[in-house]
Amino acid sequence: MDLLNKINETLNAQFPGVVEVSEMSFDFPAFTIKKENIHEVLSFLKNDPELNFHFLTDLTGIQTADEKFLGVIYHLHNMPKNLRIRVKTFFPMDKPEIPTATDLWPGANWMERETYDFFGVRFKGHPNLTRILNVDEMDIFPLRKEYPLEDQTRDDKSDKMFGR
Amino acid sequence: MGKEIIKRTKLEMAKSPQGLEGPGFFAGKIEDVIGLARANSLWPLPFATSCCGIEFMATMASDYDLARFGSERLSFSPRQADMLMVMGTIAKKMGPILRQVYEQMAEPKWVLSVGACACSGGIFDTYSVLQGIDRIIPVDVYVPGCPPRPEQIIEGIMKIQELAKNESFRRRNSDEYKRLLNSYGME
Repeated sequence: MDLLNKINETLNAQFPGVVEVSEMSFDFPAFTIKKENIHEVLSFLKNDPELNFHFLTDLTGIQTADEKFLGVIYHLHNMPKNLRIRVKTFFPMDKPEIPTATDLWPGANWMERETYDFFGVRFKGHPNLTRILNVDEMDIFPLRKEYPLEDQTRDDKSDKMFGR
Repeated sequence: MGKEIIKRTKLEMAKSPQGLEGPGFFAGKIEDVIGLARANSLWPLPFATSCCGIEFMATMASDYDLARFGSERLSFSPRQADMLMVMGTIAKKMGPILRQVYEQMAEPKWVLSVGACACSGGIFDTYSVLQGIDRIIPVDVYVPGCPPRPEQIIEGIMKIQELAKNESFRRRNSDEYKRLLNSYGME
């Protein structure tokens, strides 16, 4: 809780108005940041000697349940003090574009490719934003809710056999 | 004075092909003899991607001992293999590789599809998994199960042995076979 308040105050002092939500979620302080400021906030969190969140544990995408927004979630880790936080940012579906974090953490490279692969988030400035796990010919972003999970070519699961 | 030998096993000789038999000679069809030879020397190429592959390892090991059926040597090169055993989930990204392996095998070749995933996609009814390998290569025998027991895999191999035994010598040159390959877009 102290960490949450401390980071919240620091961010508000440094970048007034960029923190949209700050809350404890699943034992981690989590901050929702405005999309326009995400890169400078991440850069500050990494480079500030007090905060020192120098390690990017994970980076992943998310789609909100109303199918209107896509998001990117960063898991940051301060190893010397063993502190962890989550940073989120959301943007509308029709323009899924945010700046890359590969200039801060080279390890973000593959994670951003994966997020692009599954959610279609375009990371501006990424050195090689291509699909990483799915087949190259795939023309959908499979983890978006608008695309069905099941394989559409399968024909042995008809309603008459399974009563669905 | 020698110790009496007790035979504990009842040995059965393999049936010889149909033909004229006499002292010192046998006259039959070369097709049958070749079929017999092929059926009892099927070299498998294991294409094991998941849990069915573990069952296959048990099938190869001493308890079930696939070597009894003339499949002693696993061929990890498709060029020397007779039987492609596909065991496990084939992702769509893996599909072209499986197809390339199949195309590299020399005729005659047989394909055994082991397990629910290889046969139909199994529980993985999802965008990333191939819904049955028969969408990209022709399959001779399907072994159901998730995963199948080694006994079932052996039964599948015995079915392929039957196919090899009874296959016409000219089947691989027939129009029907060419049509089958053409339907998969192969020459």
